[in-house]
Amino acid sequence: MAERKTLTFALMDTPYESARTTTALRLIDIATRRGYAVNVFAYEGAVMLPFSRQQPHRNAVRGRNVEEENHLLTKDVVAALMEMAARNGGKLDWVNCGLCVDERGVGEAIEGVRRGSPADLWKLVEASDNTLVIGTR
Amino acid sequence: MARYLIIGSRCSFAAGEADFCRDLVCRLAPADNRVTLFLVQNGVLPARAGARGSSFADLACIGVEILADDFSLRERGISSDRLQPGITPAALDVVIDRLVDGAKAIWR
Amino acid sequence: MKALNIIESAYRATIEEQDDTIVWLTHALKGGRRQSRSPIARQRRQLCCASAERGRARFRRLAPDAPAAYPRPHCPLIAKGVAVYVLAQDLAQRGLDAGDLVPGLERVTRERFPGLFAAHDQIWHW
Repeated sequence: MAERKTLTFALMDTPYESARTTTALRLIDIATRRGYAVNVFAYEGAVMLPFSRQQPHRNAVRGRNVEEENHLLTKDVVAALMEMAARNGGKLDWVNCGLCVDERGVGEAIEGVRRGSPADLWKLVEASDNTLVIGTR
Repeated sequence: MARYLIIGSRCSFAAGEADFCRDLVCRLAPADNRVTLFLVQNGVLPARAGARGSSFADLACIGVEILADDFSLRERGISSDRLQPGITPAALDVVIDRLVDGAKAIWR
Repeated sequence: MKALNIIESAYRATIEEQDDTIVWLTHALKGGRRQSRSPIARQRRQLCCASAERGRARFRRLAPDAPAAYPRPHCPLIAKGVAVYVLAQDLAQRGLDAGDLVPGLERVTRERFPGLFAAHDQIWHW
């Protein structure tokens, strides 16, 4: 069995405003499929990625109802990545920066997400084989 | 020998971006480092053959490995036969490969 | 482990009237005695300007009518022993010289990048 690697990603972007979010989730997907231990430190707007109260909506411009629109919600992506990590013998440890959560009022996160601080970022980094920071603009 | 992975996500047509990223890559490469420039998102736009003011040939000449995310290329309708010389389409998996290989990764 | 933090955008989260988010983060990490350094590239070094406009932000009808009173974000970092760099080429491009900067910053040129990068285990571009 290949040695299990540990990677940490630090994210800052909100769910739907930047392609960086898409790429970050793609990278986490690849790592979880490989059964790696993956840590995510969500800072600033990224704490909204696993916000449990996200809701899909219809698309009046395209004439699609909610079911037809099938709007992707990042909270579901995060949950699916957690499941995939577990299925493949790895893990996804998602840490939301607590102060960033508070100022945004997004304390209700999906199960499995934990609240943390910059100290957690450093602990995750020190325990990882490598870290990728994807900052915002 | 150090390994660097520069992930270029921004379109280098924007003022200042091309210069800074290119300069960074050029400075790291000759110092006996292994440098990979991985283009992703709008960072692949200048990779299209014929794009003005954005040649990657000089980077390839100094040994920089230049890859472009195949997903981003498809999204933007850039086929692999329409890339500038020296640029190779690659799966995003390469980023994970380089990370676990210990490359210092810098996202731009 | 040593991390080099590169911050680039200035005046990004001004609504909070607090430190720049990454300067704050670096400060918090340093508080735990981790090794962290922050070179400031490009626009970010506007925050290093000693003469940056100061005043209190007053919000009336949800619109600021004066620039926020920014604390000088890098001074506490420097006092804590964090090396804070500013890119000389970017200063010149923006018409800033040494007299415009808060004390304690180390001016570097792009030529120093390979050495700086080699000296750190992680390079984080925020």
